[in-house]
Amino acid sequence: MSSENVRFTDFKSDKQPTWCPGCGDFGTMNGMMKALAETGNSPDDTFVVAGIGCSGKIGTYMRSYALHGVHGRALPVGTGVKLANPDLEVMVAGGDGDGYSIGAGHFIHAVRRNVDITYVVMDNRIYGLTKGQASPTSRSDFETSTSPDGPKQPPVNPLALAMAAGGSFIAQSFSSDALRHQEIVQEAIEHDGFSLVNTFSPCVTFNDVDTYDYFRDSLVDLSEDDDYDRHDYDQAKDAILDAGKEYLGVLYQDEDSTPYSEAHGVTENMAELPDGAPDGATDLVREFY
Amino acid sequence: MHDDLNWAIGGEAGDGIASTGKIFAQALSRAGRHVFTSKDFASRIRGGYTAYKVRTSVDQVQSVVDRLDILIALTERTVDENLDELHADSIIIYDGDRTEFADFESPAEVTGLDIPLKDLAEDAGGAIMRNIVALGAVCAVADFPIENLDESLEKRFSGKGEQIIENNKQAARLGAEYVAEEFEDVTLPYELETTDEDYVLLNGDEAIGMGAIAAGCRFYAGYPITPATDVMEYLTGRIEQFGGHVVQAEDELAAINLALGAARAGARSMTATSGPGIDLMSETFGLVATSETPLVIANVMRSGPSTGMPTKQEQGDLNMMLKGGHGEIPRFVVAPTSVAECFHKTVEAFNLAEKYQLPVYVTADLSMAVTERTYPPEEFDMDAVEIERGKLVDEDEISAWQNDTEQFRPHADTADGISPRAVPGTEGGVHMSTGLEHDELGRRTEDTDVRVDQVDKRYRKVDTAREREQFDYREFGDSDADNLVVSWGSNEGTIVEALEYLDGDDDPDIRVVSVPYIYPRPDLTDEVEAADDVVVVEANATGQFADVIEHDVLERVTRINNYTGVDFKADELAAEITESLA
Ligand SMILES: Cc1ncc(C[n+]2csc(CCOP(=O)(O)OP(=O)(O)O)c2C)c(N)n1
Ligand code: SF4
Ligand SMILES: [Mg+2]
Repeated sequence: MSSENVRFTDFKSDKQPTWCPGCGDFGTMNGMMKALAETGNSPDDTFVVAGIGCSGKIGTYMRSYALHGVHGRALPVGTGVKLANPDLEVMVAGGDGDGYSIGAGHFIHAVRRNVDITYVVMDNRIYGLTKGQASPTSRSDFETSTSPDGPKQPPVNPLALAMAAGGSFIAQSFSSDALRHQEIVQEAIEHDGFSLVNTFSPCVTFNDVDTYDYFRDSLVDLSEDDDYDRHDYDQAKDAILDAGKEYLGVLYQDEDSTPYSEAHGVTENMAELPDGAPDGATDLVREFY
Repeated sequence: MHDDLNWAIGGEAGDGIASTGKIFAQALSRAGRHVFTSKDFASRIRGGYTAYKVRTSVDQVQSVVDRLDILIALTERTVDENLDELHADSIIIYDGDRTEFADFESPAEVTGLDIPLKDLAEDAGGAIMRNIVALGAVCAVADFPIENLDESLEKRFSGKGEQIIENNKQAARLGAEYVAEEFEDVTLPYELETTDEDYVLLNGDEAIGMGAIAAGCRFYAGYPITPATDVMEYLTGRIEQFGGHVVQAEDELAAINLALGAARAGARSMTATSGPGIDLMSETFGLVATSETPLVIANVMRSGPSTGMPTKQEQGDLNMMLKGGHGEIPRFVVAPTSVAECFHKTVEAFNLAEKYQLPVYVTADLSMAVTERTYPPEEFDMDAVEIERGKLVDEDEISAWQNDTEQFRPHADTADGISPRAVPGTEGGVHMSTGLEHDELGRRTEDTDVRVDQVDKRYRKVDTAREREQFDYREFGDSDADNLVVSWGSNEGTIVEALEYLDGDDDPDIRVVSVPYIYPRPDLTDEVEAADDVVVVEANATGQFADVIEHDVLERVTRINNYTGVDFKADELAAEITESLA
């Protein structure tokens, strides 16, 4: 398929989403599909890796090469895909539990590696699929079936984690701010290195605190602030650590970071193989003399 | 006098034992002698006893024996540790000036050669070369031309400059001269003959790594663990020359998922680990298998459970590899039986993985992984390597595998169980897969018929492999013997050598069957039934392979299975029981 004629609906599968009506994941997915089409990608050269959760169903509802993996391990899969074939556009998507709890270890290391993939975390501050337990981004007083008085521990700050791990593109979006969400994901795709987009995707069924209204009222769009420079590390650090505010936009970008492929010289598609041992393999035997 | 010589150097971890042993082993190999090495090491880097042993002969050697002829003892404990193996002709080389040897008396009948290793090393340019002085002394003791050491010293110190190499050569000569001058009267009964043969010397981990590159493996992800780390260290710096890459993952969960990702992208991909890593990988293992992704997993076994004895030998993971993970899913398990087979079976594993689209375990064990062995280089014939990629389809073939709405069917339910595989980037091949039970399109389903079809399809690949592949065993000893000895993995060499001890008139006659394919495996029913007695030899407590063999020859139980996801129903079950008893 030549990418010029790709429309965003080409990225839509014929499976009807079973998300609850009003779930934030719809908007998150739409923005991703539009961003992919807008950046000249086609389903044939796109690979989506999805985690496990309500959010993880995205792999089924989008149309592209895809793997719906096990809970928490989407990032290493996406990293492996991209390293083996740098020509593919790799998108990893999953929930806040998937990425910041069971998969937290991978998150930090994926950020550090700076492989050129885009990670969209569909952050609803709850475990949706397992029907409403506290997630690592749940507020400390958020009452759930497993935390009747709230988790009584501070939520993780994923943007700060990413910054501490040397992240080169750190952004936050909101599923119902469709245009900005799409723009931000587009920028993430275009960024040369690992991009984090923490996307608030409200769960209308199990989270009555972090609602559409809450985000609409509280989010501050940094693109509207002329004094904000996303390339300024200190300014970004202050915004990211500012506990009193929720920001939207690209909080930090280092356009000069060295992507993994460049640092390690991994630029070839590894899928093609000769019919026999590669040229020069006999030298390996000689080494053992 | 014996045809083989058994030599060892022992001391504390950090004494340079392994590198000294390797230098000697390489010198022997370069001199056309066969070598079999073994290591006795603790997992601590410093402190603790460690030894490197070399058995050498002009004939092939494939096992250790309980006899030590020449021992370089850097510590007194080295002597104690090896007391049982010393004999009247044994020679111990030690440095009487090293504090703990001040009052040392070599054990009764054993000849001790007190050599000022450190002083002589200093004369050659530095105390650090005392092990090399000792090697020089060994050359004199064993009548082994010292020039043979030179090449392996050059190889070992190639990056360190001419002067260092010269100093080391000099250190060796000082050791040799000291023996010649000071121990003129001592009888030295050894003579290490040289031949014109050219051998290569490598261990099992290196053979696995070399096999992977030969097979076109381009992506490796792993997390360091003894005794599998050598695979990763071997590949690092080499695989890149063939367009590949090694990722040191943050843990084994990441390692297998990274490798899975690369495999989904179409690369030949692998990871290697040991027991604890296999445990961590098991959830994703199920995903690899059910998404029908070709992947090679090398499991270099060590003693378990839990952290067990990390630097000790065991073949304890057979059950885990055969059955590990929740649910049921076919996987292949191949178990090379020698260092060379580590190469060949790794190449084969990559082909099996792609032909049958499933994970393949290549399992070595600690002894084989760290054992260096000599082979003629022709053993590793790169021209004989064939790459078979199975049902990989390109753009032109895609349409044959699309449904009526032009969707590609990555889990198509075919007669041989094998579905087409389209690498991402292939036009028209867009598809997903998942760890959820799925339909032909790779999409979630709980439909009982589709579920059963997909389970059956996956297991049908095993039947197909049994038809198409030669899952043979290797045979030794007397093929008409009444007694059958069965082995898997690295025990083969030892059993073959043990046969030489069993050639007396009163000894039992023995047929040895060494099995490199654990699943699918050769059917041994006829062999077992033809034998009066059957013995299964394995390095574990419960006999995991023995269980497998017994299981194969036992036919007692009729199976009623239900894997639809729906409960058994009393009336249906009653009918099924009646039918199966009819
Ligand atoms: C190893 C493992 N443990 C537990 C689960 C059960 N589980 C499925 S999704 C999930 C949490 C999902 O939360 P999140 O990642 O935030 O996704 P959401 O459903 O909110 O989109 C859990 C605990 C699982 N699938 N695998
Ligand atoms: S439970 Fe919540 S997250 Fe899951 S689909 Fe419904 S609204 Fe969305
Ligand atoms: Mg969630």
